[in-house]
Parts: sequence; structure tokens; C-alpha cells
Amino acid sequence: MMNELSNFSGELLQSLSLFWPETTLVITFLITLFADLLSRHKNRLAGYITLAGLIVTGLLLLSQQGVAQTTFSGLLTVDPFSFFMRVTILLSAILVVLFSFSSKELVEGPFRLGEYYMLITGLVFGMFLLSGASNLIFIYLSIEVMSISSYILSGYTKHSKRASEASMKYVIYGAVSSGIMVYGMTMMFGLTGTLNLNEIGMALQTKPVQTMPLLLANLMILVGFSYKISAVPFHYWTPDVYEGAPITVTALLSVASKAAGFAVILRYFHSALTNGGELWQVIGQIDWHFVISVLAVLTMTVGNLVALWQNNMKRMLAYSSIAHAGYLLMAVAVLNNTGMAAVLIYFFIYMLMNLGAFYIVQLVADKTGSEDMEDYVGLGYRSPLIGVALTLFLVSLTGLPPTAGFIGKLYVFTAVVKAGYVWLAIIGVLNSVVSLYYYVRVVRNMYLRDVESQGEKIVFSRPVLTLVLLLAIPTLILGLYFGPLADWASASMAFVTGH
Amino acid sequence: MNFPILTWITFLPLLGMLIILLIPSGKDEKGQELSKTIIRWIAAGVTFIQLILALVIFFNYNKGLTGVNDPASFQFVEKISWINAELPMIGNIRIEYFLGLDGLSVPMVLLTAIISFLAIFPSFGINKAVKGYFAMYLLLDLGMMGVFLALDFFLFYIFWELMLLPMYFLIGIWGGPRKEYAAIKFFIYTLVGSVVMLLVMIGLYHSTGTFNIIEMMDQGRFLPDSIFGGSGTTLRYVAFMGLFIGFAIKVPVFPFHTWLPDAHVEAPTPISVILAGVLLKMGAYGMLRIAFPIFPDAFAYFQTLIAWIGMVSIVYGALCALGQHKVGKRDFKKLIAYSSVSHMGLVILGLASMRPEGVTGAIFQMFNHGIITAMLFMIVGVIYDRAHTRGLDDFGGLARKMPVYTGIMTIAFFAAIGLPGMSGFISEVLVFLGAFKAYPVLTVVSGLSIILGAGYMLWALQKIFFGQLPEKWQGPWDPTGKLYKTDDVNLREMVALIPLGILVIFLGVYPNPVLHLMTGSVNSFIELMKPVLN
Repeated sequence: MMNELSNFSGELLQSLSLFWPETTLVITFLITLFADLLSRHKNRLAGYITLAGLIVTGLLLLSQQGVAQTTFSGLLTVDPFSFFMRVTILLSAILVVLFSFSSKELVEGPFRLGEYYMLITGLVFGMFLLSGASNLIFIYLSIEVMSISSYILSGYTKHSKRASEASMKYVIYGAVSSGIMVYGMTMMFGLTGTLNLNEIGMALQTKPVQTMPLLLANLMILVGFSYKISAVPFHYWTPDVYEGAPITVTALLSVASKAAGFAVILRYFHSALTNGGELWQVIGQIDWHFVISVLAVLTMTVGNLVALWQNNMKRMLAYSSIAHAGYLLMAVAVLNNTGMAAVLIYFFIYMLMNLGAFYIVQLVADKTGSEDMEDYVGLGYRSPLIGVALTLFLVSLTGLPPTAGFIGKLYVFTAVVKAGYVWLAIIGVLNSVVSLYYYVRVVRNMYLRDVESQGEKIVFSRPVLTLVLLLAIPTLILGLYFGPLADWASASMAFVTGH
Repeated sequence: MNFPILTWITFLPLLGMLIILLIPSGKDEKGQELSKTIIRWIAAGVTFIQLILALVIFFNYNKGLTGVNDPASFQFVEKISWINAELPMIGNIRIEYFLGLDGLSVPMVLLTAIISFLAIFPSFGINKAVKGYFAMYLLLDLGMMGVFLALDFFLFYIFWELMLLPMYFLIGIWGGPRKEYAAIKFFIYTLVGSVVMLLVMIGLYHSTGTFNIIEMMDQGRFLPDSIFGGSGTTLRYVAFMGLFIGFAIKVPVFPFHTWLPDAHVEAPTPISVILAGVLLKMGAYGMLRIAFPIFPDAFAYFQTLIAWIGMVSIVYGALCALGQHKVGKRDFKKLIAYSSVSHMGLVILGLASMRPEGVTGAIFQMFNHGIITAMLFMIVGVIYDRAHTRGLDDFGGLARKMPVYTGIMTIAFFAAIGLPGMSGFISEVLVFLGAFKAYPVLTVVSGLSIILGAGYMLWALQKIFFGQLPEKWQGPWDPTGKLYKTDDVNLREMVALIPLGILVIFLGVYPNPVLHLMTGSVNSFIELMKPVLN
């Protein structure tokens, strides 16, 4: 008895030592809360504290490089995979906080920003947990932590009708899908008698269950995950929320929230539904490759085709982000380490280019008061640097060399072709041709119309331009020299499994 | 050779572009004019140095070495490891910065350098967003040069795609009334081709474990159980067709040619020159360098189909060109665009024959077509700048008003028809000689195009130069005398046109300098393809 207890406390202490990044986030959250109550320079102070907290979190996170072990009795896993995902999430959160400093919509709005920054920290906390969650209940809890923060954030500009509508839709869709997911989880528990992902995997291997309930349970769980990554047909909330929410929040949701979603999908499929080896042999009779492929095809095709008709930049980028989730799902569908590496590489690159595009939309909206594509006419001449940078981000989103987006696509298609899904790869590349059309529409407006525009020059401050360059330069460099990123991704391909 | 001449010839335009971007636009009107002039001359200077480098290569090129599938006999080779990333299961992704020359690429490099330099002169007429124009122009130049020099598939692909965006802007910003449509059509057509190429490239990488084009030609390198392993498998046929279509869109051959007339009609003169002069050649070059030698078995399977496609393009292009006299807007540029489809069809027919004469003729035809069509488009540009119309029926009797112009134009027209004594004649004869051995009937039908070609060209010549000068063109082109001091071609236009005219006649009389460049390589190319041909 004594022995067990000391074992338990020993493990707990060790687990806590690996929980420092997350703990820092909680502390940041609390400090922001108090600072917001006590200080008079409310808006700025909260931002700086959050930024500092995120940076400290990052430093603590870096010390976990290479660590691979389960913590808290199997609730949370710290491994190179979750490390990669958390770095990506944290980087995008830091960037978004920096974006928020210059956001007119936030800074000049009538509300206190303390809560805004607090909620961002909360959101990051939820995403951190989800990246490592290896227990069904814990997955559910992490998703709810994320969701509650993001519901409030997306409706943050309360006076805006658009934002309230967005937030409302988000809540309703979110509640329904997590309800379905929890139902699926209970079925899994009933089938296997455990909530731990690795144990589920082992149970399924040793004691095969019937196909039908297994399929049903996992499809229901997949609904919850699909909602997080906005895969079709669970994407309906995305355009409204992305359009209605403050741009900074949209940017964060489109990158970090998706990253966490993909992290959990990969971990779930790997640990619970395959034998956990290098080759990810699927357990049972269900062809999960096919199920996810179908989801991927639907997601990218619908995302791309609907994006063609959008005239609002935020909405266009919302559909584009759906399409990108589709490309990523292609890589997930192959269910092996190659696909996983592709997801990691793609995500890091997607973070740079997508945040870049959103940031420029934010900057332009602050200056011109419009997110309408028509108001981008002549922008390339009115603000050359911003024009070039946006072109670069859009070209990269299309996936053309010599930009980073091409490298991301290259790895995704490599994984898909390697696994023998040629038909899927063909649909994927044709989709990227479709996407060219709507991305280039923006470029067309910026450069082809109103050539040498005599319109008023739009001048941006130096820090703002620096931030743009900070995103643009890696987008270009990673297109030409991606060795280090690929090395990092391949070093991050280890899940900790109990097998 | 220590001096990395191929890197210089490729990346010199990038250097020029950076310099151009750093030049301030000037505050007042005078300053702006000065800035524009400086930018133009920098672009001219950069492309001139590029031409000099191309000539250095030309004179130092060893005609005895063959290249193609023998890595040891490539010349001016530069090879550095570029990306080397280890991934579990994918294995090592190894990409090399690998440039080199053989007889298949030397003529193309020469052509690119010549056209890029000479097309600068018509570009002097561009007056809006000059800085952007020349920056894009040089970027395009970089991409074209790179495509002809790259021997690593990945590198090739990057250069290939690098040209899309500048071309999109060049047509889209400085083009005619329907420029947006033409630009996006060009972009999407080419992109469809290149994404398919991307998939084949990835497949090839898995099958051979390398991006090195020369090593991919070695059928022994293909892993037996990989997707492109074996010989004559369906997947290999599909992959070959994917590559072929990707390249065919660029050539362009029927039925993938519809972007070309639009792009040509809307593009500004110098861009039409580059498009017809260099860009179209990249498609045929890609077939020669990549599609055919890597999939010889698939080539053998589709050989007859490719010959048919060539024949249809030849005849269809010629008929469409002839049709420009009677239907539509009767656009001079469209006529030349369709004649390009016809002439590039000859290249395809020559390649399909896989006979030494045919392949030599095809490559020489690529070179000649580049020179001749560049001339034709510049000629159209001359008249369009003055009259602001390109309608074939809008002119007449220009011979008296512009005698020198008429002379130059006659040379170009006769060269395009393939008159003996002009370069076009030699390459057409070679193509027909080779093709006749392999496909007599198709060749005879294709021969019709010579008559059709004479028809549409001479008809155009007659409409524009002979007969009565219309009332509205009676006076000088430019009454103020500011833009055009004489009614005839001016010095700037002559500088661009005369060298091309000289080349056309010189190579028509004495084609050996160019022909000898490729003989060795063509022979070893055919040797490589022979085992699978029947």
C-alpha cells in the first residue's frame, strides 16, 4: 500500500516536471487576470504579459526536445510528435498576439482586451493538452477547453452582429458534434473496456470486436475531430465564424486549432486503431484508408469549389483553409509514418503562409476598412511591399515553386503516391489547379487592374512591415532549402506507445 | 573549367532584376524618365552579357562529346548537393543542383540568349510600370535558361514553374484588351500540365531513388516492384502520357493549343516574341530530355499516335492560319500564332520518326522557328505600334511607304514558308526526310502544309504591302514627329530585326555550325531509344 502510494506520488512528481510549459500557460492566464483587474493600462499590459508568458512557455517547451514518455498515468503523452505540434501552435499564438498589437478592430474597439488575451492563453492551453492527449476522456476535456475559449473569442467584438451570429453558430455546431463524439467514445469504452488509447489498441488486437459497432463508434469520434479541423461535411460553421470573428482570432483558429485537431487524429488512429508499428497495420476489417480518403476528397473539393465564388477575403481564406485541411487529410489517409511526416512539414509551412495572408488582410482592412476583394484593386502599386508579400503567400498557398507551399505539397503527394493511392494524388493535384484560380483573382486585382494606380499610397509602420517580412522570408527560403525542416519532422515521428 | 559559367548565364538575370528593383523611380517627371531609361539599359546590358556568355559556350563546346545518357560527356557541368534530408520510409530525399550541357540543349541555350537579348528592344516601347516589366522579364529569362540547363528533375521543375508567374504578369499587366482572360488561361493550362508532371516526378523518384535525369534513363535503376518498374506496364504508359501531355500543352499541339492564340493576341510584342521564340520550345525539349528517354518502351507504344498528333497539328494549324484571312477579326498576330502551331507540329512529327534526320531536323526546326517567329512577331509589332491595328484587311500598299520594312518582312515570310536558301527550308527538309522513312503517308499529308503555308503567308504579304494604300495611312504615321521620325522602320527596330534576318539567311546557306552541335547527341539519343523500337 505504502509502496504503491510512493510509486504514484513519484510518477506524479515526474509528470509535473514535464508539465511545466502547460503550467506556465496557466500562470500566465492568472497573472493576466490580476493585472487586468489591478492595472490602469489595461489593454497593453495584458498583451505584454501574455506575450512574455508565451515566450517563457516556449523556452520551457524547448527543454522537452527528444523527451518521450507518458505522464499522469497515461493521460498525457510527451513525445517528439507532440513537441513539434506544440511548437507550431505556440509560434502561431505568439505571432497572433503580435498581430493583435496592431489590430485596429481590437485596439480601438470599445472593450477591454484583458479577457481577449486571457482567452488566447486558455485556447493555447487546450491545444497543448490535445496535442498530447492519449486518453478518450482527456481528449474530450481538451477539446472542450479549446472550444469554450474559441466560442467566446469568435464573438469577442460583441457589438458586431456578424460576430454574435458566428459565435452562436459555433456553439451550436460544437455542442452537437462533441455530443456525438462523446457517444462514440462511450461505445469504444464499452467495446474495449478502457479509455487509454494504447490500451484500446491492445484490446482490439487481443480480443477482436465486431466490425459494425467498431465502425459506428469510430465514425462518431471522427465527427468530433472533423469538426475541429473543419472537414466537409462538418465545416458549415467555418466560413461564418472565420468571417465574423476578429481577424486575429480567425488566424489562430485556422492554424493552431487545426494543428491540434490533426495531432489528435493522427495519435488516435495510430494508437487505437493500428498495431502501432512502423507500418501502422490497421486492426480489424475496416478500411480506414478509404474512409479518410473520401473525407479528404470531399473536404478539398468542396473547399476549393466554394472558394471560387467568394468575394470577401476572410471568407475566401476560410474556404481555402478547408481545402488545405483536405490536402492534409490526404496525407493522414495513408496512415503511415510518411504521411505523418508530410502532415508535420505541411503544417509548419501552412502556419507561415496562412498567418501571413491573414495578417495582410488585417492590415489592409485596418487601412481601407474593407475585406472585399474589389478593394484590393491597385493595391500592388499603392503599397508595393504588401502587394509582393501577399502575392508570395497566395502563390505559396497554391503550392507553386519556389515557395514553401510547394514543398508542403511535394511531401503530401510523395506520401500519397508512395502508398499507391495514385487516384487520390490526381484528385489532389487537380484541386490545386482549381485553387490557383481564386488565389490569383486577388493577385489580378492587385496588379492587373488599375495599373500604376494613382490611388493614395498606403503606408505601413516599420514594425508591421518587419512582421510581414518575418513571415514572408521563411516562406520563400523554405521553398528553396527545406532540409532542416524535413530533418526536424523526421526526428519528430515517434509516438510513445504502450505496445 | 573553374568559372561556373552555367550558373552565371542562368542567374545573371536575377542579379539584373535585383539591381533594377533598387533603382529609385524618380521624383519629378524628368527623374522618372531617367529612371526608366536606366532600367531599360540595365536589362539590355544584362541580357547582352548573357548572350556573350552563350557565345563563349558555343565556341568552347566540344562537338565530339555526346551527353544524353552518359553523365561523363556532359559539358560545363556544375553539380552540388542541394538538399539531403533523411525521412523514414521515404528514404533519403537527395536533390542536386546539377547543370550541364549537351547537343540537345546547346542550341536552345543559344536561342534563349539571342531572343532574350533582342526582345529587349521592342520592350523599350513599354511605358507603364517599366520597373515591374523588366523585373518580370528577367525573371522569365532566368526560368527559361534554367529549364534548358537543369539535369536534375526537381531543379528542372522549379525552373519550369518559375516562369509561370512572370508570364502571367507580363501578359496580364502589359497586354491587350482581353489580357486577364488570356493570362489566366495560359496559367491554368500550363499548371494542369505541370501538376501531372509533378506526380510523375514523384513516382519516378520512388522507382529510381534519384532525381537525376540522366540516371533515370538507365532502365536498370528502376526497382522491380516500384510503380514504374518493369517495362511496358500500364502505369508506365499512363506516366508517359502524363508527361507527354504536360509538355504538349506547352508546345502546344492540337488539341491543347487553344491557349496560344489568346496569349499571343493579348501579349505585348516582346512577350509574343519570347513566347513563340523560346517558351514553346521548352515543351519539345522536355519530351526530348525527359519523357522519351525515361520511358522508351512507352514511347515505342505511342509512337504512331504521336506522329498522328504531329500531323494533325501541322495541318490543323495551317488551316486555322489560312482561315484568319476569312473569318474572325482577321488578326495578323493570330495568323502567326496558328502558323506556330503548324510549325511546332513539324517538330513533333520529326521527333516521332525517331530517325537521325528527323530528330536533327526537329531540333533545328525548334531553333529556326524560334528565330523566324520572333522576327514575324517583331514585324507585326512594328506596324501595330504605328497604326494601332493588326487587321490584315486594314492595310495595303505599304511597300511604297515602308520599303526597308517590306524587305525585312519578305525575308521573314519566305523563311516561314520554307523557301530554299532560308534556314527554315533545311530543317523542314530534314524533318520530312526522317518522317518519310517512318511514316510515309502521314508525311505526305503533312507536306500539304507547305502549300497552305505559302498560301496564308503570301496572301498576307499581298494584302499588306501591295495594292492601294488606304486613305487614312496616306500621311506620316506620326504627324508630330515625336515618336517616329521616319515612316519606315527605325533604328531600334532594325537593331532587333537585322541580326535575326542575317541568321536566317546564313543558316539557310550554311547550317553546319548549328547542325554539328547536335549530331553526336542525336545519334546517341537514337542509340538509347533503339532497343525498344521496332
